[in-house]
Amino acid sequence: MKFLDEYRDAEKVKILVDQIQSLNIPPINIMEVCGSQTHTILKYNLEELLPANINLIHGPGCPVCVTPIGMIDKAISLAQKKDVIFTSYGDMLRIPGSKNSLMKVKASGADVRMIYSPLDAIRLAKENPDKKIIFFAIGFETTAPANAASILTAKKTKLTNFFVLSSQVLIPPAVQSLLDSDLIKLNALLAPGHVCTVTGTKWCGEISNHYKIPITVTGFEPVDILEGILISAKQILSNEHDTVNQYKRVVTKDGNLKAQETIYSVFEICHRNWRGLGEIKNSGLRIRNEFSHFDAEKNFEINSVTTNEDERCIAGEILQGLKKPNDCKLFSKDCTPTKPVGAPMVSSEGACAAYFNYRKVNELV
Amino acid sequence: MCLAIPGKVQKIIDEKSSPKMAEVNFDGVIKHVCVDFIPDIKVGEYVMVHVGFALNKVDEKEALNQLKAISTAEDIIRKKMK
Repeated sequence: MKFLDEYRDAEKVKILVDQIQSLNIPPINIMEVCGSQTHTILKYNLEELLPANINLIHGPGCPVCVTPIGMIDKAISLAQKKDVIFTSYGDMLRIPGSKNSLMKVKASGADVRMIYSPLDAIRLAKENPDKKIIFFAIGFETTAPANAASILTAKKTKLTNFFVLSSQVLIPPAVQSLLDSDLIKLNALLAPGHVCTVTGTKWCGEISNHYKIPITVTGFEPVDILEGILISAKQILSNEHDTVNQYKRVVTKDGNLKAQETIYSVFEICHRNWRGLGEIKNSGLRIRNEFSHFDAEKNFEINSVTTNEDERCIAGEILQGLKKPNDCKLFSKDCTPTKPVGAPMVSSEGACAAYFNYRKVNELV
Repeated sequence: MCLAIPGKVQKIIDEKSSPKMAEVNFDGVIKHVCVDFIPDIKVGEYVMVHVGFALNKVDEKEALNQLKAISTAEDIIRKKMK
């Protein structure tokens, strides 16, 4: 497939690995912020190809993993209401709430449907005027433009049976909160290429300047990630801390201005609680007042549920890069992708699921 | 979650429709994709698609330059090894 196969080419992987190996690198921590990159690193076993001194730390960039348990409980409560068709991206269906998951209530008769695009939810609203369609809008800046566009389309087509449960989060405040933490020392960051496709790279420049840390905006294929690591390592060795765009074929400095405008015409910034990380100021997006008639939280009675996290799960520390998935006592025993305790084991981009699927068996015991 | 896949725009379904939709070919799989965020999109161009929306074009020239740079590094290293 064009623009994918070239970036999975073994020859190019080898040459990048040789270049990284030829550097005299001291022990360094590089965090890949994005869960899709974590997935690629584990799937292609890239850590095995790197010098032992390069420690890759898996960041919190999985919107599924960081959706608070209370929000999952709200989604489940809404999905069980009469005359509701609850729609969600597939990633969210198996995420455990306090007592249930969307998949379990679907099995008990709730009308929960997995959709590919928010426009599918719009189509369902048009086709089912006697039902209330609720769309679970999760995601980072990558997904927020599409989520916002669905509300604008609903407004334009005068839909009165389309509602959105918004649980969207922003990457820059989360990155800053990690860099403010004394718990972990990061020497470089790989910034998420598809978030930057929308946002542009200015925020990366501000962070690399302020925190004196090299940031490489990186794509998602093995060649991209290795080149991102090579660029980071070279910067660390020469004591530089710039933002470099490795993913120029897709990411521009300004990003997609039309997509940004769409996000902020519908949503506004708010404080947001991240599962495992706690509240991060100005890190969420909520629906603006002028669109409140589409806001599921304002138009439905949501039964309050007591949220309980399994205290044995160390998802919070894993999402902050403080621990690796196989440091968890539950990992691959009481917690597996088919019987998950924490969200990072459910989402295919969660670090726990990536370790479970791609690590050698003898490393698990 | 932030997965985006490159595909080739093979047809703009209706220039004036809202949302503006295009047929995008992903290696033989054709999907209808919203192209509202790329007003100047043309047939034949590649786009990165996420949840049914094209987020940006893929710049072919940048991709070629990047791949060429990696291959050039390979040549240099091979010469060193001789």
